[in-house]
Amino acid sequence: MNDSTYDLIIIGAGPAGLSAATLVSEYKIKALILDENRAPGGQIYRGIEANQKNTHNLGSGYQQGLGLVQSFRAANLEYRCSAKVWYLSNDGKVSYSIAGKSYSVHGKQILIATGAQERPFPLLGWTLDGVMSAGAAQILLKESGVVCENAVFIGTGPLLYLIAHQYISVGTPIKAIIDTTPRGNYYQALKHCFGGLWGIKDIIQGWRWRREIIQSNTQFISNVDDVRISGSDSVKSVDYLKNGIWQNLQCEHAFIHQGVVPDINISLSVGCEKIWNERLACWTIRTNEHCESSIKGISVAGDACTINGGVAAAHKGSIAALNILSQLNIISTSQRDKLVKPFKRTLKVEIAPRAFLDALFKPDQRYRIPKDDNTIVCRCEEISLADIKDSIRIGCVGANQLKCFSRCGMGLCQGRFCGLSASEIMAKELGVATSNIGYFNIRPPIKPVTLGELATLDEV
Amino acid sequence: MHNFDSIVVGGGLIGSAVSYGLARLGQKVLMLDESDNSIRAARGNFGLIWVQGKGVNHSNYADWTRQSARQWSDFSKELSELTNIDLAFEQSGGFDFCLNEKELGKRKTMMEKMAVNSVGEFNFEMLNNSELKQIMPKIGPSVAGASFSQLDGHVNPLNLLKALHKGFIHLSGILTSSAVIGIQHHQGVFQVRTKNSNYTSDKVILAAGFSNKLLATKVGLQAPLHPQRGEILVSEKIPPFLIHPTGLVRQTKDGGVLLGDSHEDVGFDEGVNINEMQKIAKRAIQIFPFLQSVKMVRAWGSLRILTNDGLPLYDQSKTCPGAFALSSHSGVTLAPVHALDIAGRIAKNSGLPPIVECFNSDRFDV
Amino acid sequence: MFKSIGKSRGESVTIVFEGRSLVVAKKLNVAAALLESGVTSFRQGEVNLNNRGPYCMMGVCFDCLITIDGLEKQQSCLIQVREGMIISRQNVNVSDDNE
Repeated sequence: MNDSTYDLIIIGAGPAGLSAATLVSEYKIKALILDENRAPGGQIYRGIEANQKNTHNLGSGYQQGLGLVQSFRAANLEYRCSAKVWYLSNDGKVSYSIAGKSYSVHGKQILIATGAQERPFPLLGWTLDGVMSAGAAQILLKESGVVCENAVFIGTGPLLYLIAHQYISVGTPIKAIIDTTPRGNYYQALKHCFGGLWGIKDIIQGWRWRREIIQSNTQFISNVDDVRISGSDSVKSVDYLKNGIWQNLQCEHAFIHQGVVPDINISLSVGCEKIWNERLACWTIRTNEHCESSIKGISVAGDACTINGGVAAAHKGSIAALNILSQLNIISTSQRDKLVKPFKRTLKVEIAPRAFLDALFKPDQRYRIPKDDNTIVCRCEEISLADIKDSIRIGCVGANQLKCFSRCGMGLCQGRFCGLSASEIMAKELGVATSNIGYFNIRPPIKPVTLGELATLDEV
Repeated sequence: MHNFDSIVVGGGLIGSAVSYGLARLGQKVLMLDESDNSIRAARGNFGLIWVQGKGVNHSNYADWTRQSARQWSDFSKELSELTNIDLAFEQSGGFDFCLNEKELGKRKTMMEKMAVNSVGEFNFEMLNNSELKQIMPKIGPSVAGASFSQLDGHVNPLNLLKALHKGFIHLSGILTSSAVIGIQHHQGVFQVRTKNSNYTSDKVILAAGFSNKLLATKVGLQAPLHPQRGEILVSEKIPPFLIHPTGLVRQTKDGGVLLGDSHEDVGFDEGVNINEMQKIAKRAIQIFPFLQSVKMVRAWGSLRILTNDGLPLYDQSKTCPGAFALSSHSGVTLAPVHALDIAGRIAKNSGLPPIVECFNSDRFDV
Repeated sequence: MFKSIGKSRGESVTIVFEGRSLVVAKKLNVAAALLESGVTSFRQGEVNLNNRGPYCMMGVCFDCLITIDGLEKQQSCLIQVREGMIISRQNVNVSDDNE
């Protein structure tokens, strides 16, 4: 085997990638882990090594990650950080870029563990200077110890309550929190409350944060009918519609969030099949119980596949790793089936409350599909809802035709922040199921890379 | 049952150009376009209006191409005024780079031949590196030179397709997304069947790309077509550095740079091959060295629809009069003649223009 | 207003932003360092030229692009600050900065 060939290449050092890596390190295989960030932990455990001494402010969920990262470090595997993977082929070739130079490697088995991204939140005004995602606020706090005073938080989902709780813990004033959780969700969620009981600890914690927020001096606004962000060059106010009246909250910064969705671009670029998940209202990657995708030799685990959270991602990483070991003939399939049992058990417990949580925090359709024609849907190319409707009117019946006619999805982010909205908008306009609309054809590079790097790929 | 003057099967550059042309003349037209993920050459186009090098050994093709190029300006004006869509049309000449002296020599010989065959209708210039540098200062030192033809130009091919669709609908054309599963001809009337509907018409025009191969047999025609993949890279938007189109590098109006090209025999695979991508990048950097620090945003493969001789396939059925099969890999360059000349004659029931009669399938041993 | 919390910020480095010297914590990424220093507009959008700043802070939105040490359109949320780093923007309307 030459220097650049591996038994397994893991893309992503979040919980799924870390647990897979740690597991395979106990066997004699040649593995490589590539991650875009400067340190392991993905997004959920971002900056955890640097924050070791003060994780308590960041929640117990965060603290759990430290053990995972420490085991990974102790395993001493071949690990390259700040590595941007921009190409993956269905026969295991991976090209990545570090500090302006690109390299090619080959893996007999590939594990995609690239995690989730923020769900698009196309509010009127969301591209204004001063608007960031709540995930961004959390990353700034975790990794850099930076906060933003007097911002307005808008949206729904556990991450929103978590960051608000974290801000209150460190004494950072919040101008207001606008909760867009639809009232109806509570009734929907009740249908799954039995499953919800499995996650009762997390649910209680969530309620505690919510109560704490309400009890603090932070203005907490719920049951609104609409939200928009106003300003000409940058944010001047956040406006909300309640009881028929528009009210304004003057501010310079807004953090918005309505859940996370899998970042499917790398999986789609290599041809993995996708499935529309109606409960999560997002595209997920089709895998079997061993985390194998529809492409032989490529597995997808964790939130890159479907949203189950960080702890479940770690279990999935282990399950995927054990299967990969059997595919490499390091262990037999019966050994695999035996070893995988405890992970499957804990996974089952971990995902039991998901139906409840997913129902509770499913973003309202009105915030997934904008109403105002001036709302920007494609941030990169600044394509509005009106532009998209025009294209639909002249005969687009799917995502790719829409992309051709409207340019939606052609920008630098390659559909990450507009693809989901575009699918749902088209489905609504045409009166068909979202699964019939499809998604953009994703092609390499997964992240932009210079022509020079491409030209000198594999050159010493 | 719905009655039309013409049913056009295929909503790509040829199908929509012909549909638009027919609707423009007041014909009642149905355009049947397949699904979002069917193979669509129209989406992967480079956007060139290209005359130089076409039909070197076939003067009818060269004439046909030049005829179209000369109509482009008026065609563009009319279409953009009707639809309010900017086609980003420019026709101030195009360059074809030669990366060494041998290539340059060969190119010169070929262009001279074209000029002779065209009986004075085709003019060209050969430029060396320093002459090129006057026009495009960023040209690389190892580019030996280029051939230049005044008739060449470029357009935004996606906007062209969009405008043809929009224009067609504006002119009361009916557009439906459906695959055709059957065509029958009975007593002068065509019956076209899709999964959910039946339509009737006096004429059927097949412009369905590779699907023409199967559909043509239903109307007594043959369409021996095969795919050839070409890969294109597109860059981030950068400040303007290249106004003229070239065969391998083209900067669009909004600043992105398109880079080609490849010729691959991979069946119906519209994906990309990293080795080909690398070749394209290397060649682009040789031509414009500064491009090495410009970022590539996306790469794609698109399937050219080719006949064995690379010339178009225009056929009219003898057993089912009123049925036509049209195919070409130059849907952009030939858009005006498809929309005006071909559609014009079909509308008048006059068959195909005489100049293209030689492009029927009889020339192949099928 | 962005500000840093916590008493010990670790080592510092000096970076240069459009002629201004900024002393920032070494552990920061460029985007965080600029936000903390009162810079919120990082670039102009490519289509309508309005001011844009970081959105996701994790490398998927491409809104935090800025020129670092002569290299244009770098994803500043993924790059750590370095002693002597030179940062600048292309064509931004600077009236929105909080100095």
